[in-house]
Amino acid sequence: MTARERADRLTGLAFVSPALLALAALTVYPGLWVLWLSLQQRIPIFGIARFVGVEHYAFLAGDARFWNAVRVTLVFTAVSVGLELALGLLVALALQRQRAGRRVALSLLLLAWALPSVVTAELFKWLYDPSAGLVNVLLGGHAFNWLGDPRLALPGLIAADVWRTMPFVALLCYARLLTIPPEVYEAARVDGAGRAATLAYVTLPLLRSILLIALLFRTLDALRAFDLMFVLTRGGPAGTTETLTVYAYSSLFQTLQLGFGAAVGCVIFLLVMLVAGAYLRAMRVAPA
Amino acid sequence: MRRRHLAWDAGVLLLLAVWAVPYFWQVRTSFTPNAELLATTRLVPTRPTLVHYQAVAERSVMPRALGNSLGVATLTTLLALALGLPAAYAIARLPIPGKNLFLLVVIASTAFPQITTVSPLYLLMRALGLRDTWTSLVLANTSFALPLLVWLLAGFIREIPFELEEAAFLDGAGRLRVLRSVVLPLVAPGVASAALLTFLAAWNEFLFAYTFTASEASRTVPVALALFPGVFEIPWGDIAAASILASLPPVIIVIALQRWLVQGLVAGALKD
Repeated sequence: MTARERADRLTGLAFVSPALLALAALTVYPGLWVLWLSLQQRIPIFGIARFVGVEHYAFLAGDARFWNAVRVTLVFTAVSVGLELALGLLVALALQRQRAGRRVALSLLLLAWALPSVVTAELFKWLYDPSAGLVNVLLGGHAFNWLGDPRLALPGLIAADVWRTMPFVALLCYARLLTIPPEVYEAARVDGAGRAATLAYVTLPLLRSILLIALLFRTLDALRAFDLMFVLTRGGPAGTTETLTVYAYSSLFQTLQLGFGAAVGCVIFLLVMLVAGAYLRAMRVAPA
Repeated sequence: MRRRHLAWDAGVLLLLAVWAVPYFWQVRTSFTPNAELLATTRLVPTRPTLVHYQAVAERSVMPRALGNSLGVATLTTLLALALGLPAAYAIARLPIPGKNLFLLVVIASTAFPQITTVSPLYLLMRALGLRDTWTSLVLANTSFALPLLVWLLAGFIREIPFELEEAAFLDGAGRLRVLRSVVLPLVAPGVASAALLTFLAAWNEFLFAYTFTASEASRTVPVALALFPGVFEIPWGDIAAASILASLPPVIIVIALQRWLVQGLVAGALKD
């Protein structure tokens, strides 16, 4: 090892250590602590703190409210992400042919994505207002109670989520489309490929890997989503929009069962890791 | 041909403008007097008014919350940059033992659900006596800002041709000198992008802020908005005005700093 290599190793350690310590304290340590918490019964207001093993998890296995939250989370994730990918892809293809006003187009597109999700929740609360909301007015003066009707609340929530996250998918696909050299399309044209054939055999295959990445990012975010449903519906009416995150929050900070809430939090973490793991395996089997 | 292009461009712009209607509608509401709020048929209120903004400025916690959000988001960005920039350089360029383990921690941290870590972080902040302070929010936000920043910056630094650094070394410059006068200027646009995304994420953050704050001493904009008081009925006009104020930084970023925003967003996904 030369003197310079040795010096570089030392510099490297010195450069990484502060960040490593910060992450150790702010993510690794809380990550282990929450596992430990989930094995305890902790109800601070009654001064209760005792080890209960896997009791919380055993309770969850037979907890109807938990399984409802699992179902709501999965439906929300699947429908939201599916719609976002489909619409995002369409918007990206439309933008690809855009010549003038691209900057304005991107501003209009990214606006919904950049807003705080609490603002989005407030926008949609007002749009969904049964008496004066724009949605009911546009539907011809119906008095649908969007956020109060158990059949309408989840679709209403999903619409708000699709509104704020479709732009992210569209931007990623659009950026990928811009990197396709014009010669590729030239070659397809020379070969006599029509518009539909070009889309099916040239454009979409080239978008495959970015769509997979968008799918991963969006699925992980949808599983972890909290702000929108918490502010929009608080999980109601009748639990129809109560995702796992909302259930965890209300256990942690509304009924103040820290141990039990931590267990729900750990299930969410497990779910996220399973999805990430399955995705990595799929990527390895079929490298894009 | 030309005309067809113009029609297409106008069509796409119109479509995207329609997508943005929920926001424009809130802008309209924020200028609509209460008496007209139920008359949804007009595109523009007959008597536009500033009363809602006046109410928010004079009788709500929003001004204080805007200050808190600005402070917390700026400090989060600065702290994450100070910790993340050297780490990103080391990952991209230096031979450090256990590099893969560190990378794993970084990537795993970006996937951590906030709802999972919020309870231990809450206990930690309480034990440290940091509840209801800017410090608690800056530290908690760093837990997601730092991994994001390290990941983005390491990518940007890898893109710099190594020969430039090598040439400076041959000229006898030391590591720190090379960092300051070769690497930093070249990676500056990347740093701007990453900082912008970090600021935006910290500005929009809700769960930590909602949990760790207890008063207007540290309540950020999303929390103030979620807790917006209505006595007998929901003050839609005031909430609209508060929403518009809360969305000013994101809107400015999307319009004026769009290039850097797009660069940062795309960089994380298009590479590797």
